[in-house]
Amino acid sequence: MNIHAIKAIYIFEMARTWRTLMQSIASPVLSTSLYFIVFGSAIGSRMANVDGVSYGAFIVPGLIMLSILTESISNASFGIYMPKFTGTIYELLSAPISAIETVIGYVGAAATKSVIVGTIILVTARLFVDFTILHPFWMVAFLVMTSVTFSLFGFIIGIWADSFQKLQVVPLMIVTPLAFLGGSFYSINMLPPFWQTIALFNPVVYLVSGFRWSFYGVSDVGVGISLGMTLAFMLACLAAVWWIFRTGYKIKA
Amino acid sequence: MKPLDPLPMHSSAVAPDAIISVSGLSKTYASGFQALRNVDLQIRRGEIFALLGPNGAGKTTLISIICGIVNPSTGTVQADGHDIVGEYRAARQKIGLVPQELSTDAFESVWATVKFSRGLFGKPPNPAYLEKILKDLSLWEKRDSKIMTLSGGMKRRVMIAKALSHEPRILFLDEPTAGVDVELRRDMWEMVRGLRESGVTIILTTHYIEEAEEMADRIGVISKGEIILVEEKTALMRKLGKKQLTLHLQSPLQTLPADLQADHLQLSPDGAELIYTFDAQGEHTGIASLLRQLGEHGIDFKDLHTTESSLEDIFVDLVRGRA
Repeated sequence: MNIHAIKAIYIFEMARTWRTLMQSIASPVLSTSLYFIVFGSAIGSRMANVDGVSYGAFIVPGLIMLSILTESISNASFGIYMPKFTGTIYELLSAPISAIETVIGYVGAAATKSVIVGTIILVTARLFVDFTILHPFWMVAFLVMTSVTFSLFGFIIGIWADSFQKLQVVPLMIVTPLAFLGGSFYSINMLPPFWQTIALFNPVVYLVSGFRWSFYGVSDVGVGISLGMTLAFMLACLAAVWWIFRTGYKIKA
Repeated sequence: MKPLDPLPMHSSAVAPDAIISVSGLSKTYASGFQALRNVDLQIRRGEIFALLGPNGAGKTTLISIICGIVNPSTGTVQADGHDIVGEYRAARQKIGLVPQELSTDAFESVWATVKFSRGLFGKPPNPAYLEKILKDLSLWEKRDSKIMTLSGGMKRRVMIAKALSHEPRILFLDEPTAGVDVELRRDMWEMVRGLRESGVTIILTTHYIEEAEEMADRIGVISKGEIILVEEKTALMRKLGKKQLTLHLQSPLQTLPADLQADHLQLSPDGAELIYTFDAQGEHTGIASLLRQLGEHGIDFKDLHTTESSLEDIFVDLVRGRA
């Protein structure tokens, strides 16, 4: 195992985070705070409880998940796309580093940033609404698993993309709509039966549901199913990454 | 010019002093373009090897395969005894690459990017060594500068520093002095010589023939994906180089006397010059005999000079001969 290489990539990527602090951390925290002000305090105070939880507190896990999904994808995709764009990927390809080590470095850094952002949003949310965390271990587990899984997904997008436009297409056109329709702001039990069935095809539903369960003990789907779906998506991403490195898809002629 | 005689090619067996051994290497890209055709090549330990070839000849593809950036279609490569595929870690640790393009992390500092490169190649931190490299390359004062603020020549030095950061034993320089000024080019030549003195094997591709002529111990010429020649530079210039004597005649000639007509003696189109090609290394150049014969025919000349073919002439002839 080339530990020095993993460390080098990780530190290099994290350095970018500190260099672009406004973009990496301040921006998601600010936008999520606005959600809390508008939906949590202004509108939420006039809404009934959902599953026995005040609306302001109900949306906390969903908003954290929303930020984590977008940040993980954005950080990981940008991290591997930039060397491709600038041409410095030659160094990565010519280094004595395996595919798994490369992924640990890039995805590890992207996931770390997401966890940091998630934690900051969690703390920020506490300034606006009162909430409890019933299962802190599972809260952290879902936070980390989701960050890693979607960082892997972002890594795949970064490899696939050959333009900045493509880099934005999947997060903007697919992930954000799925996150908004995945129960971040409502329980899918509030939907008509037909749309409840449709919603179950949205993988984000399972992430938000599991994460919300870790806070309040209530969920749209069983927590075991949420866990299983998260792991299944992680395995699918790992398989795709393995295939990319085996074939050299979009990185090696 | 008369056609060149075929040169003896290198053996495909691994020479005991070979640090890079390429055997039967071919590369066909997905587009169908065949960049390399059954290349056999051996680079000796501690030498400076110049790989020459026109654009699209396959130089960069060959280097990219050896460094692990491009997958070969067929064939094998060993770097310091390690297969570049099966033992890629050991092989790549030995190799440093300075690519042709100025690809840098624009927003990083010189120090951060060099430190990153060392770690990437599996080496533990060694600030003293990195300091030495930066000082050797006159980059130490710029260590905290962002790369985007540096000049093109400085960026090229940064890329060399990155390639040297993990103490490679083999260094590939792909067009290292492209776009740099004469002074910096001279500095780089000195640096390359210094590296060779420290035991690093250097493989450089270049468009500047004078660079190869100045630097290289051996020359390889690649054309259309095939290595068409590998030779000691001095032997190559001796073997394929030619020397010419040009006589500026007092009075132009319409034609050469019949007994002087030969391949190695030509009359210029305006009849004012006689050009005699001879083997400078030969026991008899034939110059004395030629001058005597000219005297017998009453052909007088007012001036004369000799020229020797450069590596560039040899290269152009070789590539044209393959066209």
